[in-house]
Amino acid sequence: MALLEAKGLRASYGPTRVLHGMDFAIDEGSITAVLGANGAGKTTTLRALCGMVKTEGDVRFGGARIDGRSTEDIVRQGIAHVPEGRGTFVDLTTEENLRLGAYTRKVRAAVESDMERIFSYFPRLKERLRQQAGTLSGGEQQMLAVSRALMLRPKLLLLDEPSFGLAPRLVRELFEIMRTINQRERVSILLVEQNAAMALALADRAYLIETGRVVLSGAADEIKRDDAVRRSYLGY
Amino acid sequence: MDAFIHQVLSGLATGGIYASLALALVMIYQVTRLVNFAQGEMAMFSTYIAWSLINAGMGYWPAFLLTVLFALAFGVVIERVVIRPVENAPVLAIVVIFIALLVILNSATGWIYSYTIKTFPSPFPKEPLFGNTYISSHELGAIGVTLVVLALLYVFFRFTPLGLAMRAVAQNPESSRLVGIRVGWMLALGWGLAAAVGAVAGMMIAPIVYLDPNMMGGILLYAFAAALLGGIDSPGGAVIGGFVVGVLENVLGAYVIGNDLKLSVALGLIIGVLLVRPSGFFGKVHVTRV
Repeated sequence: MALLEAKGLRASYGPTRVLHGMDFAIDEGSITAVLGANGAGKTTTLRALCGMVKTEGDVRFGGARIDGRSTEDIVRQGIAHVPEGRGTFVDLTTEENLRLGAYTRKVRAAVESDMERIFSYFPRLKERLRQQAGTLSGGEQQMLAVSRALMLRPKLLLLDEPSFGLAPRLVRELFEIMRTINQRERVSILLVEQNAAMALALADRAYLIETGRVVLSGAADEIKRDDAVRRSYLGY
Repeated sequence: MDAFIHQVLSGLATGGIYASLALALVMIYQVTRLVNFAQGEMAMFSTYIAWSLINAGMGYWPAFLLTVLFALAFGVVIERVVIRPVENAPVLAIVVIFIALLVILNSATGWIYSYTIKTFPSPFPKEPLFGNTYISSHELGAIGVTLVVLALLYVFFRFTPLGLAMRAVAQNPESSRLVGIRVGWMLALGWGLAAAVGAVAGMMIAPIVYLDPNMMGGILLYAFAAALLGGIDSPGGAVIGGFVVGVLENVLGAYVIGNDLKLSVALGLIIGVLLVRPSGFFGKVHVTRV
């Protein structure tokens, strides 16, 4: 069964419509990639799922409608969103950022053990625990953003361009950790990326969007072999 | 020399009150980026509630506590009912609403309680403590109460999850929503806490300046000067600013410019800070790239 299913998802900023009725689904336990050029509506798709823009259409998460709900409510259902620009609380410490990620959770002990688990993925964060998050490097802030999202214990993780501004080696490292998290913790992932090659290597399924519409969808392997995708997004 | 020490100490007492009110201004500034001109009148109104409770026969400290709770609820209600609908309105519209709140609260209080000046009791003994000649018991008590309030707020914001959530909201509302914080309620709670701190300030200053609907006009000006001096986005700065302004006001009033021109100290400070160091002594310097 699909963990998340969107039908006829539309979104607009003021009078300008950006998404024109998108249909897509995310299978439980899968990694799904959304590819597209600048301005295609990738970020807006994620924002629409979380109720951060004016949205119409039918979105179901675990069978229940979430469209039209407030961002806070949607997040509390178990959808964690790592936003464009990372959304770091720059004046707070690394530790405070992580604790905020677990804000909705009640069991203290579980939060503490999750901190340790996260340090096993990102040992660097442990060294930076008392440091102001704004002083972390770009790569560390990206790790922190992913960690903050994981502290929610989400069923679904939405990642907006995690590779943005990172050195290629760091991107590979980060994507490796994503795969581990997906497999070990059964967290489904919806990944928005410009780096199509990396995204397709990681994902099970992919959607290609152009100007707010899904133009191609399928298993990541098939999409990788598609001639148009290869020419336009993979560059060979 | 004794007279000088006396001036400094009683300056610290009023300074603590300015510090509380300045802190209330900063708390609201951090979430709205605006100075709440009605902060003083909200405190004044709460002080009248305390007066009613005490006059109805309630003991001072129960009335004090009940008034703080009332102010908390009052602040929350004002945010939800008056401020929320104009959240995304232009700055000037919100400023007009602040001024309207000021005028409405002032007139409503005058209408309910009349404009005649009333005495407000102090919970502290009439005789100076330990037979000292420098500071009255009320002034000493007011300093104590202020320090307790500041300590409580510090502990709340620093060490509780709710305090952390409120700091997060002040900094980044969007990311706060994404970790599931109910941002609207945090904003309302911020107003409530600011109003509660203001109410304490009102009850501490009322025995000194007496109770009347216009009692907070000058005090808000000092608090505003204190907040600016410390840096309008720095809670710690506002507190230090409050004490500095209190002492400066008293010492300059006694030795340099005379009591009649005291209020001009606040105005002078406001203009001076804005000209020389607009971000205050502890505030963040904001640089915008264009």
